[in-house]
Amino acid sequence: MRIEYFQLIDRIADLDLDGRTIRVDAQVPNQSTIFEGHFPGHPLMPGVLLIEAMAQTSGWLVIAATKFERMPFLAAVKEAKLRSFVIPGQLLSITAKLLHDGSGFAMTKASVSVGGKTTCEAELTLRVMPFPDPRLRVNMEEMAARIGFPKQALAHG
Amino acid sequence: MMSSTFDTVANIIAETCDIPREKIQPESHAIDDLGIDSLDFLDIAFAIDKAFGIKLPLEQWTQEVNDGKATTEQYFVLKNLCARIDGLVAAKGA
Repeated sequence: MRIEYFQLIDRIADLDLDGRTIRVDAQVPNQSTIFEGHFPGHPLMPGVLLIEAMAQTSGWLVIAATKFERMPFLAAVKEAKLRSFVIPGQLLSITAKLLHDGSGFAMTKASVSVGGKTTCEAELTLRVMPFPDPRLRVNMEEMAARIGFPKQALAHG
Repeated sequence: MMSSTFDTVANIIAETCDIPREKIQPESHAIDDLGIDSLDFLDIAFAIDKAFGIKLPLEQWTQEVNDGKATTEQYFVLKNLCARIDGLVAAKGA
């Protein structure tokens, strides 16, 4: 997790376009200035970043489903639940399921688990549009290579 | 067909946007009269897509409006929206 860059996903562990699901790994770092402020003596992964991690997981699923032709942007968060604390050093397993592939938007249901126990969940709405800048697409392709985005998914179907 | 389509759509809008059902009429403009913004309309589109088994072509409609090739009335006055839905349902069954 490159937390200061808001790049929260380390590796795509499983991508199933037929089942419209994805599972990724994300390692919360042991050290970050974020934990110095949130909170002194009681470092916690901020809930908004857990929601962002679920959004990025959902985003990779949408990118795969649209064959890297569209970029998703977080638009709405519903039914978000943060059930327990996430602390530095924990390994997150994040899953997302595509509930609906609409015209220009997508709905997903995502969850975060630690050690097999669900700690957070949310339903997310993403706006899905053509890449607004070619540099963004290049950057996303570089990130995709780094996190093991399965290129065969682009040839799927 | 049209009246049941309208009832379904009106009920979706009432429930999704917390708008009194009696305020929602066939002549109502979803944006101008009912005050539904584009983000709230995504929830409505989601429910309509599911209810009718279609995919409202929102991207195409938005593009046409932005390009000046269509007016929002053509898509977002509810009776017109319902006619579009009926057309998409018919095309699906064809």
